[in-house]
Amino acid sequence: MNSLNTRAKELLENKTAQVIIGYEEGPTGVVRPAFITDAAKADSLIYDERCVQNLAVYLTKQEVKRLGKMAIVATLPVMRSIMMLISEQQLFAENIVVLGISAEGKLLDVADNKVMQGYIEQSDLSNPAKYKELITNLNKLSPEEKFLYWQKELSKCIKCYACRQACPMCYCTRCSVEVNQPQWIPVQSNTHGNMEWHILRAMHLAGRCISCGECGRACPVGIPCHLLTMHLTDQVYNYFKVYAGTSEKMSSVLSTYEPNDKESFII
Amino acid sequence: MSDFEPKIVAFVCNWCTYAGADLTGTSRIKYASNVKIIRFPCTGRIDFMLLLKAFANGADGIIVSGCHPNDCHYTSGNFHAKRRWIVFKELMDFMGIDMNRVTFSWVSAAEGAKWAVVVNTTVTRIRELGPYVSYKELVNKSVEEEVKNE
Repeated sequence: MNSLNTRAKELLENKTAQVIIGYEEGPTGVVRPAFITDAAKADSLIYDERCVQNLAVYLTKQEVKRLGKMAIVATLPVMRSIMMLISEQQLFAENIVVLGISAEGKLLDVADNKVMQGYIEQSDLSNPAKYKELITNLNKLSPEEKFLYWQKELSKCIKCYACRQACPMCYCTRCSVEVNQPQWIPVQSNTHGNMEWHILRAMHLAGRCISCGECGRACPVGIPCHLLTMHLTDQVYNYFKVYAGTSEKMSSVLSTYEPNDKESFII
Repeated sequence: MSDFEPKIVAFVCNWCTYAGADLTGTSRIKYASNVKIIRFPCTGRIDFMLLLKAFANGADGIIVSGCHPNDCHYTSGNFHAKRRWIVFKELMDFMGIDMNRVTFSWVSAAEGAKWAVVVNTTVTRIRELGPYVSYKELVNKSVEEEVKNE
């Protein structure tokens, strides 16, 4: 990935960007996010198959924003997150430099957001194949089995909210779980309250989820909570024929409407 | 099961269905008394969490009703609600929460007779389905978990 290091060094030297958000080798053989502000350290940036974390989550964090204009190592999910953040006015398009990475791990030349949009549009935007299979298998179960399956999974939840923190689209500084007048979601962990939390999270991400699967990866107890949002991504496409994060100008599915939306259950 | 009386909660909009239900009464049309009506400013205001809270607090069935499309007092509240229910229903089906217990309908202020039909068919259906035991068990189990964790 020498081209990535060269490009990063260039950006820092000619002051196009003040900070590069990317991946570096961690101390124990795992990769970790890196925030590089010094051109001399640009060589520590890496990109390989271990680099799966969605770095777009840092774009809305005050500590990172404070470092100056940001450049980011961006795979497809990260590019889609950037598009969503721009469309939701959390990010200004001119304040970000994208170091695009193709599916084969090659550096892309993403000159501006038009190029990025072009790249996103010609990519496969449906859920990753391994998750598609899990969702299909779950859909084959009877309602009772599904209910028991989710009870079993969600009883493990410890309400650490790592799923929320890891998600680039969950950027609210005051989340509904912190609202206590009324207390929508119980503070303590119990199966029913956990279920309410995960339903709330999935609904707030409906039509906004960009299928990176970061919530499921972040979960310390291994709840497949990404399947909930990914199932809704499927359904939103099914009904409304849109995928999130494809344009700077789109509004999310649930904040807009078409008078001729089709449904079959309202009498 | 013969002594089972379903508890139905109806979330209705102020401008159409609430007035429609009022017309049902003033027209002296009889309908099942199992329903407890909660008035909202608009269907767009009916948060999906309210449905879950209703089930958690012992409802066996739910009715959600508002103005017909294009009749919304606020122009677009019911269109937004429609999209929300489409997505919410899919999520509930995926998680195994019984959406047969929820009736979604459009009842205008002039459709007093339709309101009676909506309520009666819902009550009949819930009577057949019986009390929502599995959700109630989940809530009770969760209360026990909480006591255990303290």
